[in-house]
Formats: sequence, structure tokens, C-alpha cells
Amino acid sequence: MKNGLHPLVMIALVAGVTLLGRALPTWTLSLATIAASNALIALGIVVLARTGNVSFGQGLFFAAGGYGVALIANAWGLTDAVAQVIIGAACGGLLGLIVGPFIARYSGIFFGMLTLALSMVFYGALVKSTALGGSDGFNVGRPTLLGLSFTDPREADFMLYAVSVIVTGFAGIGATILFRSEFGLASLAVRENNLRVEYLGISANRVISINFVIAAIFAGASGAFALMAQRHIDPQFAYWTTSGEFVFVAVLAGTQSVAAVFVASMALELVRSFSSLYLPNTWQLVLGVFLLGVILFLPRGIGSLWIRKRRKRSTIAANAPIAAETGAAS
Amino acid sequence: MNPVLSVRGLEKKFGAVVAADALTLDIAAGQKISLIGANGAGKTTFVNMVTGYMKPDRGSIVLDGIDISRHSPRSVARLGISRSFQIPQLFVELTAAENLSVAISGVGTRMSLRAPAEADGRHDNAIELLERFGLGDLADRPISELAGGVRKLIDIAMALVRRPKLLLLDEPTSGVSAEDKFATMERVIHAVAPDAATLIFVEHDMEIVSRYADRVIAFYQGRILADGAPSEVLKDQAVRRYVTGGLQ
Amino acid sequence: MNFFLTIVLDGLIQASWLFIVALGLTLVFGVLKILNIAHGSFYALGAYIAASAVTMVAARGFHPGIGFVAMLVAVALIASAVGLLLERCLLKMFYGRDEVVLLLVTYAVFLIFEDLTKLIWGVNPIYATQPYELFGNLEFAGLYYVGYDLVLIPISALIGFAVWFGLNRTVIGKIVLAVIHNEEMSVSMGVRVNRVYAVAFAFGVLLAALAGALTAPKISMQPGLSSDVIILSFAIVVIGGLGSIEGAAVGAILIGLARAASVHLMPEAELFMIYFIMAAVLVFRPEGLFKREMARRI
Repeated sequence: MKNGLHPLVMIALVAGVTLLGRALPTWTLSLATIAASNALIALGIVVLARTGNVSFGQGLFFAAGGYGVALIANAWGLTDAVAQVIIGAACGGLLGLIVGPFIARYSGIFFGMLTLALSMVFYGALVKSTALGGSDGFNVGRPTLLGLSFTDPREADFMLYAVSVIVTGFAGIGATILFRSEFGLASLAVRENNLRVEYLGISANRVISINFVIAAIFAGASGAFALMAQRHIDPQFAYWTTSGEFVFVAVLAGTQSVAAVFVASMALELVRSFSSLYLPNTWQLVLGVFLLGVILFLPRGIGSLWIRKRRKRSTIAANAPIAAETGAAS
Repeated sequence: MNPVLSVRGLEKKFGAVVAADALTLDIAAGQKISLIGANGAGKTTFVNMVTGYMKPDRGSIVLDGIDISRHSPRSVARLGISRSFQIPQLFVELTAAENLSVAISGVGTRMSLRAPAEADGRHDNAIELLERFGLGDLADRPISELAGGVRKLIDIAMALVRRPKLLLLDEPTSGVSAEDKFATMERVIHAVAPDAATLIFVEHDMEIVSRYADRVIAFYQGRILADGAPSEVLKDQAVRRYVTGGLQ
Repeated sequence: MNFFLTIVLDGLIQASWLFIVALGLTLVFGVLKILNIAHGSFYALGAYIAASAVTMVAARGFHPGIGFVAMLVAVALIASAVGLLLERCLLKMFYGRDEVVLLLVTYAVFLIFEDLTKLIWGVNPIYATQPYELFGNLEFAGLYYVGYDLVLIPISALIGFAVWFGLNRTVIGKIVLAVIHNEEMSVSMGVRVNRVYAVAFAFGVLLAALAGALTAPKISMQPGLSSDVIILSFAIVVIGGLGSIEGAAVGAILIGLARAASVHLMPEAELFMIYFIMAAVLVFRPEGLFKREMARRI
């Protein structure tokens, strides 16, 4: 299993992309920030999808992270961007720790429905709670970094871009290590045949729960980014169509490659900004057609464009006839 | 000497069908036991109960002093009983070596975050096991590209990873052609020997049974019809009438 | 006492149209094993078509009763055609794929319909209130109700009965039931499952659109309608058990009552209540209240 880059190369890549932000025009910068932030939550869905479970309710953790950060920011004046990401991740992770073990027992459609139901329970509660602004939500101040506040909007945008690219980049590196690991292999095994996994003495529920918590942490951090970018939060964070869009990115990316998640997320944001610019009210139409196309022609996501080729090559090389193999024994 | 496995008064009903009726037997270390019986006689139900997949209605299953009759498949596996399946249960999108790596990562209490290839050499065992079954050169092939007979062997290899106290094989030669069946069974017996001394296999082929088993248990309608050396059991009148169909 | 009666009546009015939507959703799941996210879009489609039909008829000065009939006919025709077309040209390509994949396909259809309705009918609210006055106001146990609302209850019951009768007492219905319970077996008995799929899906679309049409005079049609309705009907079929008709009825009544009760007792807690019930049912009875145990095959 030598596919993929060395972690050090990946760190260099993250640094390069971060510095690239200096050269990007402003509109690309905020677009890339949103793409990185969406990639983070979609990456979580991919992590979980490798156990065979698709969550239609990541909005739950997305909103938990966002609201957690927003409440702490307004109560204690904690505006540091890095601290906010950590708080968001912690809020998502803690909630994931509560929900994960109990939800791991379900699979397939029931898993999807239950995650959706839980996010909608949260949505319903948020709409109801007047202390949190009800369905209108509330605003938060500009984030700072290490005591610096950014009054120049261009600098503020770059700061947010840098933090989101670095955090998402490191999450990506972490996910790559996870995918290649023993644990990652066991996760794939759970997706294919969880009963056999149990027969091998491995707890499928535990494997799913751990992946679930990782996905929740990513979603919580992503919620913190969304909050920092919009400086506003409302229950829409937890609504099912929000989660749906993240699932879309994950499906587009497929479960084979971390890089694909970033590509998919960026592609989605580009399409979104172009279609809202030139073709108003067709954004979801484009999205839907796009999704159908991917499911039909690239069932394993755009990641399969480069991963599958590699596999094919190696299998052709090892093309020993099976019949000869069994025949030789007799 | 204490038996490895001790079964007492095991009962299981599916509605009106009695799949296990007062099954009582002891299995000593080192025995190679064949379970025979017509379809629906209760062999697979017995295997399913011993491996924790089904809970018996009544009775006990004791493995080395621990009653496992209420344990989960995972717990039973960790206590030392492994099984293979009549229809191989593999992870078809993974390679043969990866399949065994998954099995290996289940040994011990925690999984590593390192890649199997880099993790402390315990995954060398995966290749070694495949080689023992004569499948070393297929290690990097995805299961989806492998033939049924090969899958069956990999399924058995995975069950061996834990070096089980007791290994249950569900029809190891089903689906193998008549010419290949002895060769396949020969391979299995030799490959299994270093890691699993005590073996139970469900088998329909009486030639295989008489050649490889040193004890035969014949099932009929959930009960044990006969239990003993192959030469005696296969000659038994009742066994000939209800199990082997008087063909021999 | 009056207060309690208000809640029950309001709940039943809600339940009546919710049941029609959920019935379609549960039938489609039962036959095709697809959890159809686009189901809410068909509801919205029905509502919008109905609005157009009503407005057209009213503009020509006809009686609102004619508008009412016209909207039902228009919706029935268009919805059946849309349903058949979608099943034959799109869904068919994905049969045999994982159930989650089919879920995503219907999600894509949902997204497409969201914008199609915007492109056709715009983003501003549309009204079609003419038929709402059709039955005047009725007094019931000292309470005044809009007649149209009360009429929905027997209409819904009638549709429910018709579906039940159609499934259990007609040959076509029995074939559909056979496919629901054991598809392999019915294929081997010579059932042309493809046709059953097409008919069942089109019928599911029809039911959703009819519910949309029937509620169109009561509400304002605007974007977001479909995502709210699908989430309500999901809750209903999950509570009742996916694929169960009795379940859909009980689920609809439960959700209808819960909505009505929270509107009167705890405004805005409505959504919370509904999903809370749904989550609780999923946790304790993931197969729903009415689903019989399904044998697991390994």
C-alpha cells in the first residue's frame, strides 16, 4: 500500500496553499475559505462512509459547533480564531461521543434517518429557544488571532482563509493516515460485512463509533468556520438541506481519496458562485443534475478517477490465471 | 483430561421445527470431528450456537470452564473459537492480504493507527498464512477477482489468525469439484494443523469424512443419532438409513 | 373541553392531508424499497399546478367548484405522467444499487424540482384561495370551522379506504402486495415487476400531488414547501413503519395531533415535538410501530 504522499510532503502542500492565498483575489479568497470549511465536514462524512454509514444529519454537529462557539464568544468575549475552532471541534466531538455509541447499532437507511431525525430535533429546539434568537439566530463579532484584530477586510479574509486551510489541511493529513492504518482497513471491513468483523473478535460498533466521533469533531470545527465567515448563526445550520449539501460533497468525492474531498468542495463552490451570478434560481438544478451524473458515471466519486487507475495497473501486473492455481493442486 | 468444549442439554426450536434436541457431547483437545447429517438435521444450528450467533433455548456450552452459551460471536471469538463459513464471508473489495490484516488487527485490545505494512511486523503473518495455503502469489489481488475455491481457503485462513482452541469449518469442500476435493482437504488439514489442533468440520462427502475425521457425529432432526469412530458410525444402521442414504 | 375538542379537530384536519402524502411515500417504499426524498417535491408540484388551474378557471369567471374539480383533474394527469416518466427514464437506471444510492438519486430529483418550481412559478408566494370558501363555514359542537377543512377529513378517509380496498380486494392490488412481501417469489410466479414498479411509483407521486392540490387553497405556495413536507411525511412513515399503510394512518394522526397540540399549547415547539417522537420511535422500535419483524437473511 504505497499509494499517496508522505505526510511531510502534504504539510508542505498545506503551507503552499496557505501562502497562495496572498496572491488570490478577494472573491476567490472567501470562496476558498467556504470550500475548505465545507471540505472539512464532508471529510467527516467520508470518514464515516468508509464504515458504510451515510449521515444525513451532520448539521447537528455543525450547528452544535457553531452555537457553542457563538455563545462562548458573546458571553466571555473569546474571539480568537484558533480557540474558536478548538471549541467548535470540542462541542461537535462531545455531542458525537454521546450520540455515536447509541447510533452505531443502526445501519443503512435507518442510520441515515436517525441522524436526520436527531438534527431536526436540534433544529426544532433551536427554533423554539428565544434565548438563542429563535429562527432569526444572532450575530457575533469579528474573530481575532493571537490578540490581533483585523480591521482591514482583506487581512481579515486572509486570516480566516489561512486558519481554515491549515486546519482542514491537517484534518486531511490525519484522515490520510487514518485511511491507510489498520483501523482504517477495519473500517472498510465493517462496511462490507460487519458480522464477519464481529466473528474476527472486533467490535463493529466501536469502529463505527470512533469514526462517528471523528466526523462529529470535523463537523463541529466546520461549524466554527461557517460562523466566523458569516458572523451570524441561525437554526438553518441544523436543517436537513444543509446536511444534504455536505453529503453531496462527500458523494461527489467518493470514499477513496482525501484529495478528492477538497477538489469536490472547491468545484461545488465554483459552480455555486457562477450559477448564482449568471443563472439565478438554477443552483440546485445544476447541483441535482451534477449529482445524478456522478452517481451514474462515477459511482465511486471523482476520487476514483485517479485511484482506480493505479489499482488497475497493479492488478494487470499480477494477472496469474486462477484456474492454473487451483489446478496445480490436484 | 478436561474437554475443550462441553455441551450439555442444548435445545433450540424455530417455531415447530426442532433444530437441537438435548444435545450433549464433549470434545477433547486434538480431536478432528466431522458433523454429518441431511440438510436441516441441525449441524449448522449447532455451529451457530457454539459460535454465539444463535442463543440456545436451553442448555450450556462450556469452553475451558467458561459458559459461552449467552456470549456474542465477538466474545466467543476472543475466548478461542473461530469458524469458517459455507459461503465464504470475505471483504470482497479488499485484497487477500488485507483481509487477513483485518483479522490480525482484531487480535489484541487496540488497533494501530499505523498502516498494516508498517505495523510491528505482525502483518507478515498474513503473507505467511496465505503461503501456507499455497496462495502467496494472490496476496495483492482483490477478493472480487478470485474464484470460489480460493475464497474458501482464505476464509479458513482468516479463522486461523487467532490460533483458536477450537476451529469450526462449515463444509470446507462444498463447491469443490470431485477431482479436487481430496487435494483441497489435504491442503486445509495441513495448513490448519500448526494453529488449530482441535477441529470440527461439517461435511457431506463420506469419503472425506472417513479419511480425515477421527470421530463422527451424525445428526438427525436435531438429535445425535450416532457418535464415535468413523468406521462404526458410517456402518450404523440408523445412520445409513437417515444420513448417508445407504449409498456405501 | 372545547379546547380539547379544538385540538382533536385541528389535529384530524392536519392528519387528513398528511396521511395522503405519507400513504404515497410508504407505498413507494413498500414496493420499490426507495425512501423518496423527492416526495415532498411532488406535493409542492401538485400544490403549484392546482394554484395555476384554480387561477385560470377563476380568471374566466367560472364557479369555484369548477376550479376545484379542474385542479384535481389537472394534478392527477400531470402527476401521473411525471411519475411514470421519472420511474421509466431515471429511477430504472439505478435499480439493484444500494438503498442509500437510491436515496441520493431522489435527493438529486428533489434539488432539481426545487429550482424547476422556482423557474416556472417564481419565488413569490402564490395563492389559490377560491375553492376554500366552497363549503362555507360549518358549526361543529359550538365551534366554527371552515367547511373545506372539515371536508378534507372524509376525503382523506375515502382515499385511504380506496387504497386499502384496491390492494386487498383487486387482482392488481394483490399483485402489488405480493411484490411488497416477497419480490423474488412474485417474479418467479410471473409477475412483471417492472410494471408494478412503474404503477406504484406513479401512484405514489399522484397521492403526494393530490395532497398538495387539496391543501393548495389553504396555504401560500412558496419555495421551501417541499422540504418541510418531506420531513413531516418522513416522520410519519418512520413512526408507522416504512411500507405500512396502517402505520401511515396512525403516524399521520399522531403527528397531526402533536402539531395541533403544540400550536395551541406551546407554539413553535411543533417541529421539536415531531422529530422528538420520530427519534424516540426509531430508538425503541426502529422498524416502526406497525412493521412486522422481518427475517434477517445471512
